[in-house]
Amino acid sequence: MALIEKTKVELGKAHPLDKYLRIERIPTLWCPGCGLGVSLAALLKAIDRRVKEGVLDPKKIVFVTGIGCTARTSFYVGFDAAHTLHGRAVAFATGAKLANPKLELIVLGGDGDIAGIGGNHLIHAARRNMDLLVIMNTNFIYAMTGGQLAPTTPPGLYTTTTPQGSREKPMNVIKLLAAFEVNYVARGSSIYPQLLEQYYYKALGMRGFRFIEVVSTCPEVFGRHIGYRDPVTLYDELKKRVKVKTKPSIEESSLDWDRGIIIGEYIVNDYPGYIELIMGGKK
Amino acid sequence: MAKVPLEKQTLLNVNGDEAVAWAVKQSLVDVVAAYPITPQTIIVERFSEFVANGEVHTEFVAVESEHSAMSACVGAAAAGARAFTATAANGLALMWEILYIAASLRLPIVLAVVNRALSAPINIHCDHNDAYGMRDAGWIQLFVENVQEAYDTTIQAFRIAEDERVLLPVAVNLDGFFLSHTLENIRILPDEVVHEFLGGYRKIPKVKVDYLEDEVPLVLNPARPLSFGPLDLYDYYFEHKMHQIEAMKNVPEVVREVNQEWYEISGRKYGDGVLETLYVEDADVIITVLGSTAGTVKHVVRKFRRDGKKVGVVRIRMFRPFPHREIAEVLKNAKVIGVMDRGISFGSYGQSYLEINSSLYDYKEKPMLVNYVYGLGGRDASPELIEKMINELLSDAERGYVENKLRFLGVRE
Repeated sequence: MALIEKTKVELGKAHPLDKYLRIERIPTLWCPGCGLGVSLAALLKAIDRRVKEGVLDPKKIVFVTGIGCTARTSFYVGFDAAHTLHGRAVAFATGAKLANPKLELIVLGGDGDIAGIGGNHLIHAARRNMDLLVIMNTNFIYAMTGGQLAPTTPPGLYTTTTPQGSREKPMNVIKLLAAFEVNYVARGSSIYPQLLEQYYYKALGMRGFRFIEVVSTCPEVFGRHIGYRDPVTLYDELKKRVKVKTKPSIEESSLDWDRGIIIGEYIVNDYPGYIELIMGGKK
Repeated sequence: MAKVPLEKQTLLNVNGDEAVAWAVKQSLVDVVAAYPITPQTIIVERFSEFVANGEVHTEFVAVESEHSAMSACVGAAAAGARAFTATAANGLALMWEILYIAASLRLPIVLAVVNRALSAPINIHCDHNDAYGMRDAGWIQLFVENVQEAYDTTIQAFRIAEDERVLLPVAVNLDGFFLSHTLENIRILPDEVVHEFLGGYRKIPKVKVDYLEDEVPLVLNPARPLSFGPLDLYDYYFEHKMHQIEAMKNVPEVVREVNQEWYEISGRKYGDGVLETLYVEDADVIITVLGSTAGTVKHVVRKFRRDGKKVGVVRIRMFRPFPHREIAEVLKNAKVIGVMDRGISFGSYGQSYLEINSSLYDYKEKPMLVNYVYGLGGRDASPELIEKMINELLSDAERGYVENKLRFLGVRE
C-alpha cells in the first residue's frame, strides 16, 4: 500500500498518452495478460504521431465499437465514441462517415463481432472501399460470453459450445478481403506492438477501406481452453507461432494455430475511397 | 400415465439455464442452433456437453448470429425435426424477422428467452421488454416463476407446440440472472417418462392438399414435394392469417390439459397452466405479475394476509395468447388491481396493463386499475417496494379513486 501511495501521480499526467484516454474509467475491465491494452497503446501512439504531423485532428476521430471485450475500447478513449450493437459497428461507421466525411472513423471489434455476426457489413464496406479503418482483434474465441466457438477458433479446440472439439474450420478474413479492391490489409499481433503501431500509423494516413487484424492473447478464456492458462506461457506460445514477413502473399495468410500465423502487410493500394467516388473527385 | 413418486425423481442442484438444458436433453430434440448471448449462454453450453458426451442424438450447430439460429430452426422444423434455440434481449431482437416466419409456417419450435433488458444503453440484466417486443409475432409466450418451473415448462412447451390443435412455436421466458444464474434444488423426471409424455420423437402432422386430393405429411420431403411460405398476396394471405388466429384460440385449452397431465405425472402444477392465483376470492386489492417477481409478491401478500388485509395475487403464466376472459373473471370483484410490468411500451402503459384494461372493459362493475412499471434493467423489486405498492393500493381502495394510473416503482425521482 505504501508503495502505491509513494508512486501515486496526478490523475491524467502519468503518461504522455493519457490525454487520449478517459482516465476516470481506467483501469479497464480487461483481464491480466489480455492483448487489448497493448493493441490500444500502439493505436494511441500511432494516432499521436499522425496528430503531431497535422494529418489527424483528434476532435474529428470517432471510435465505433460493437459488443464484446474489444468493444469496451470506446469506453476508455477520450475521443467521440459509439458503443453500438453486436456486429453493426461497420454499418454505424459507414453512416457516420457519409453524414460527415471529415471524420476519421476507427472501428474496433473482436473476430466474433467483425467477422462473425457482422461479417456481411464488413464485406460490403470492403466492396465499396469505404473510408474506414477497421481493426479486428483475433483472440480465437468468444471471450466476454465465456468461451464459445468463434469464427477463428482453431480446429479441434475444446470450447464451451464444442466440448468434443471444434469440427469447423477457422475463417481467414485477410483472404476474404483480398477479393475486393481495398487499400490496406495487414495482420499484426499484440506480441509485436512496435510493428502493430507501424501498421496503424500507415493506415491512419491512407484513404479508402483499411483493415488490420490483430492476433492477440486471451489467457483467461482462450488460454484456459487451449491449455496455456498462464499469460506468459500463452504469450510465448503465440510468439512461437507468429512469423513476421515483409510483403507476404495472400496464399500465406491462413490463420493456422498449428502451422504458424504470418503477420505483415498483405495489401497496399491507393484506390479512391467511396467518399471521393460519390463526391466526383471533390473532397 | 402413472405418477412418478418423488423419490424416483432425481434431485438436481442447478440454475435456471441448466434446468432448461436438462429439459431439452430429455425432450428428444433433433436440432439445436444457437449463438452466445448473456445470460442465455449456459443453456447452450450445458447442452453442447450433452452432445459431446453422446448423451443425446441432437445435431448442434454454433451459428454466426441469432438471425441464423432461428433460420436454422425454421429449416430444421420444416424438414421434420424437433428444434430448439435459446436467446435473450438483442439476440431476440435480431431474430424478429424469423419469429414471424416460424409462427406463420406453423413450425412447433421451442425457444427459451432468458429475459434481459434491450440496448441502449447496454445492460445484461432482467426486464421483460424483449419478450413484450415479440408479443405480436404469433408465438405462444409462457413465463416461469422459478427454476423448477423452467424445467417443467420447457418440456411442456414441446407438447403444446406440437399439439395438432396448435402447431405454433412456444417461447419459454425465464428471468435473466434472477432465474438463469440462481441455483435451486429441482426434481427431474426419468428420461423414459419424459419421452412417453412427449409421445417419443416429433410426429409430423398431415395436411389436406386440395390439388392432390389427399392428405400429406407437412414436411419437406422430395418424394412428396411441398413449398413452405411461397408468395401469397391478397388472394389467400388473409385466409392463412385466419388459420393462425384460429389456432391461437385452441391454445389455452391445450395449455391447461398439459398442465394437468404434468401434475398427474410429476405432482407439480402451476395454477391452471394459464393463470396462477393466490387469495383472490375475497381480495380488495389484487396484484398481477409475470415471472420471478411473483415469488416476492406472494411472500409479501402472505404477510399482509396475516395482518388481515384482503390482498391477492394473479401470476400470468401465459401472456400469449392472453387469457382475457379468464383474468377478467378473477379480477372483476376486487376494488383495485395493481398491474406490475417489468417493461413499458414507450408513450403508453406497460404491456400487460393494456391487456388487462381491455379484458375488463365489457364489465359494468369493474375494479380500478393502476399500472406499476418496475425493475427495468434488472433493478431489484425488493419486498419493501412491493409493500409500499400494496399500501398505496390499499389506500386507493379505501379512498375509492386513483389519481395516477401509471406509477414507477423503485426509480429515482
